Amino acid sequence: MSSTDTKPSTAVLDHDKVADQASAYVAQFERNETPLQRFKKFLHHYPIAAPLIVLLLAVISFSVIVGDRFLHPFNLSLILQQVTIIGVIGVAQTLIILTAGIDLSVGAIMVLTSVVMGRMAVNHGIDPSLSILIGIAVGALAGFINGLLITRLKIPPFIATLGSWNVFFALNLWYSKSETIRSQDISNIAPLLQWTGQTIDFFGARLTYGSLLMLGIFFLIWYALNWTAWGRHVYATGDDPEAAKLAGIRTNRILMSVYVLAGVVCAIGAWVLIGRIGSVSPQAGTMTNLDSITAVVIGGCSLFGGRGSIYGTLIGALVVGVFRNGLALAGVDVLWQEFTVGILIISAVAIDQWIRRGTA
Amino acid sequence: MVAQYDKTPVLQTKGLVKRYGSVTAIDHADFELYPGEILAVIGDNGAGKSSLIKALSGALVPDEGEILLDGKPVHFASPMEARALGIETVYQNLAVSPALNIADNLYLGRELRKPGILGSVFRMLDKKEMERRAQAKMTELGLMTIQNISQAVESLSGGQRQGVAVARSALFGSKVVIMDEPTAALGVKESRRVLNLIKEVRDRGLPIILISHNMPHVFEVADRIHIHRLGKRAAIVTPQSHSMSDAVAIMTGAMNVGSSDQAA
Repeated sequence: MSSTDTKPSTAVLDHDKVADQASAYVAQFERNETPLQRFKKFLHHYPIAAPLIVLLLAVISFSVIVGDRFLHPFNLSLILQQVTIIGVIGVAQTLIILTAGIDLSVGAIMVLTSVVMGRMAVNHGIDPSLSILIGIAVGALAGFINGLLITRLKIPPFIATLGSWNVFFALNLWYSKSETIRSQDISNIAPLLQWTGQTIDFFGARLTYGSLLMLGIFFLIWYALNWTAWGRHVYATGDDPEAAKLAGIRTNRILMSVYVLAGVVCAIGAWVLIGRIGSVSPQAGTMTNLDSITAVVIGGCSLFGGRGSIYGTLIGALVVGVFRNGLALAGVDVLWQEFTVGILIISAVAIDQWIRRGTA
Repeated sequence: MVAQYDKTPVLQTKGLVKRYGSVTAIDHADFELYPGEILAVIGDNGAGKSSLIKALSGALVPDEGEILLDGKPVHFASPMEARALGIETVYQNLAVSPALNIADNLYLGRELRKPGILGSVFRMLDKKEMERRAQAKMTELGLMTIQNISQAVESLSGGQRQGVAVARSALFGSKVVIMDEPTAALGVKESRRVLNLIKEVRDRGLPIILISHNMPHVFEVADRIHIHRLGKRAAIVTPQSHSMSDAVAIMTGAMNVGSSDQAA
């Protein structure tokens, strides 16, 4: 470092000259790393490693404890079906958490748009495909409203979406008249709404179109985040909004696009939800909000924005699904499933903090 | 490249005025930046130097007077417009995105897309090309003690981060680079490296406007020093013609410089 510095030609203060000659290694320490430190560094470089290790350990443990029933293709595809909704909503939540926000209204947007899709098709006799598009438009509008609250009125995302959660949920109860649309009516009038629940056989596994749709959404958003300028701008906006603005990024526009896109993804989640439960219920998916945040956090996304990956969320959702399913097969009471998920969240954030300390 | 004072100034203002209510921040200020020079702008707090710089970088629209780029009048409504015309600004507060890597940061907001349908329809980034060009620019500026262009900026020191910001301005600034207190957030050694980097950029042909409160830094790298006082240019001196205490005296009004005494 010091050897490559050219000597300044004009007047330089003495302390600068001294600094030039000083050892370049002032702030470096002996690099006798313990295996633990090396592991920590590895986790820091590959943030996906931690959730992946947890997933693998969980799969191995459960196949030992539960036996063949767990690793059976049918059971594995069941896990995939069980995580499909959380996976889709997790995509929306990941986008928002990457911008250092949080969206508490994702579940409400999903239920509201599922009711819109169901009532449009079944009660108003609108073409099912058009009903789905209307539902997606409502999702986009809901995201747009969130975006406006956050970028124009400068309301913190937590508060803005806490409010809109209640508003969207109340609208959902009002529009649905708190009535469930029966599965039978849907399959008679608008079977397309249940298409996401149809299964195809795949070597003994039963995949639903909804699961495939989820994987498709993951791929699309992965591509957008990693291979387009928009994706770089989402990360930059979450990482350091001031620096992003100085680099010429219109951060408000990025935030708006993220909230609208999240609304659209939630509406697609609504279609998947109808396929999964068959009917349209204004009370469905009440846990989806917190489950989606759980998947994102276990997947290694930082709640402070700018760090994390979309496939981390997929793995995070799978971790939750595997634990729930494995514990159920092992005959453990449901309350211990919730207990385990709670421990997982806390551990994920604790590991994240531990990795950040001292390696940055 | 040697400064060419016989040429048309690259960037020039004539009789620039900016008022905020009853306060006149810029009072008929003249300013010239010649090709190949480092022009330092100094002035006491409230002298209006940041207003002047904001006008030059497009962050402020002046009330009167004109700004000339290569002798032609220009009007900037936003920093984006100034940037589009080749005027880049480096800010003191290390305006880089820590979680993104060096190449991403250099091209942030101006990403390159792949040629053909991949770029036009699928909006796919040309990561290879951006990394290649980033690597070339960093090497050219002698910054490749940073081994890996795909390293996150948060793993770099403050000086290296500022190096990334300077490299970005050198990569895109085709006319002028404005550096607003580039060493203010840095330590002694790191400031030294950034100053060398500034000279390196100048030697590659880009004229630089350096705003700094640090007199030793100003006197080390500047070819000419524009001293701003009471909203306009009080004097232009050079490190050879005047001492630091002279500069401070002019800045504070303790010394008056007649036009005949001005250098260049």
